[in-house]
Amino acid sequence: MADFQSLDIRRRSASTEVPPNIREATQIAKLIDVSRCIGCKACQAACMEWNDLREEEVGSFNGSYDNPADLSPATWTLMRFTEWEDPQGNLEWLIRKDGCMHCGDPGCLKACPSPGAIVQYQNGIVDFISENCIGCGYCIKGCPFNIPRLSQADQKVYKCTLCSDRVAVGQEPACAKACPTGAIAFGTKHDMTEWAGERIEDLKSRGFDQAGLYDPPGVGGTHVMYVLHHADKPSIYAGLPNDPHISRLVQAWKGVMKPIAMAGLAFTAVVGFVHWMVAGPNEVHPEDEAKGRDVLDRQDT
Amino acid sequence: MRQPPGTLARYTTAARINHWVTAACLILLALSGMALFHPSLFFLTALFGGGADTRAIHPWFGSVLLVSFALLFVRFVRHNLWERDDTRWMVAIRSVLANDEEHAPEVGRYNAGQKLVFWGMTVLILVLFASGLVIWDTYFFGATTIAQKRIAQLAHSLAAVAIIGVWIVHVYAALWVRGTVPAMTRGVVSAGWSWRHHRKWLRESAQRR
Ligand code: SF4
Repeated sequence: MADFQSLDIRRRSASTEVPPNIREATQIAKLIDVSRCIGCKACQAACMEWNDLREEEVGSFNGSYDNPADLSPATWTLMRFTEWEDPQGNLEWLIRKDGCMHCGDPGCLKACPSPGAIVQYQNGIVDFISENCIGCGYCIKGCPFNIPRLSQADQKVYKCTLCSDRVAVGQEPACAKACPTGAIAFGTKHDMTEWAGERIEDLKSRGFDQAGLYDPPGVGGTHVMYVLHHADKPSIYAGLPNDPHISRLVQAWKGVMKPIAMAGLAFTAVVGFVHWMVAGPNEVHPEDEAKGRDVLDRQDT
Repeated sequence: MRQPPGTLARYTTAARINHWVTAACLILLALSGMALFHPSLFFLTALFGGGADTRAIHPWFGSVLLVSFALLFVRFVRHNLWERDDTRWMVAIRSVLANDEEHAPEVGRYNAGQKLVFWGMTVLILVLFASGLVIWDTYFFGATTIAQKRIAQLAHSLAAVAIIGVWIVHVYAALWVRGTVPAMTRGVVSAGWSWRHHRKWLRESAQRR
């Protein structure tokens, strides 16, 4: 296995210092081949095992194979099942392994106000450093994929780490290790893209002419990619965004607004100071005092 | 109320306490809010016991502010209704800023600038509280969608910046117009101050004595 050990930081939330970046690290990626997934949830179980997570409560049945019903602070990856009818009326059972996509341009990191609560390593993994997390939930608003979940237990936010701890010591993520069909592959982004190309070719030869790779450019590409048999309509896979990008509202709030607001407030204060220099204080003169007392006295007599 | 000769009572003790509770909340809110708004101000979280505590306490300051400001509102709203003279005063704002109020209409209890601060604070506090509830994720995460929270988040920060601007104007005006601060600390103003800045109010108050 290639050397993915670099845990050098490329980006760090709410920090202005430039992280060290004279070294080029190999970009890694996890490739999820939806067409090979049988929905056995081995990855889901492996994720819980490796990360030592347990749902507090047993959920209730909601009419689908999704179990639990949604991602949570203790469920970092989740199989989402969709029964989809193609235009010819054939039923297809679409199974997508949901979880953090490890965006090239992470909306969570952009939104986070706490220095170093979210980092992006040189290899592409986006990780929450929980002891720095203050539980504000800004990352939840920044995420284009609706992934981070706020824990009621400790008011911190959790999501898939892409097993940064395993990757750092040359292991593949727990989910990839556990998958019995090879639907989850892990390696360099370059290799994974190439491998996806082969898979897509194969799918096309079997009649899925819209097969393709999901590596959305709107978020700078992702370090978790999908091979989809219907890459022309990602949203049929349990609402995978067709063209994800960081919300414009979040971009405005975390982008232009910060310097403009600070400059605006500083400007207001400076205007006050300049006014003081030019016009000076508005003093009450002795004549005012005399006239004022006059009014008061007239009433008193 | 007993007070030195040549002075007028402007604020009751209750009104002053009410004002300073509101002021303290607003300052604490600004400090804790700015800490989470700009990374270069994150160090302000140290004042509140760290980031998580800042995040936790900020909305409670806001809740106290809402109640406190509501009381202030009830106290002062009838003096802050806009009148025709207020518009004329605003037209003459240049001479007021040049410390020459003789060219502006006589002012009652509040001038147009003060009224604008009052209404600005009122509107902005309502926006801040409503948007603040939407992003108070500790308790109300499930009540709104993420799309709604994004709007609330932007509205909250815009309104916060605006209210800090209004606050700067408010504080500067109080310092610039000499003799104003005692109105809120001791509750009294001089006859000369009243003659110079609030002549109509002076006459009315004198009549009522
Ligand atoms: S909840 Fe934690 S990780 Fe998310 S934005 Fe806030 S401080 Fe950052």
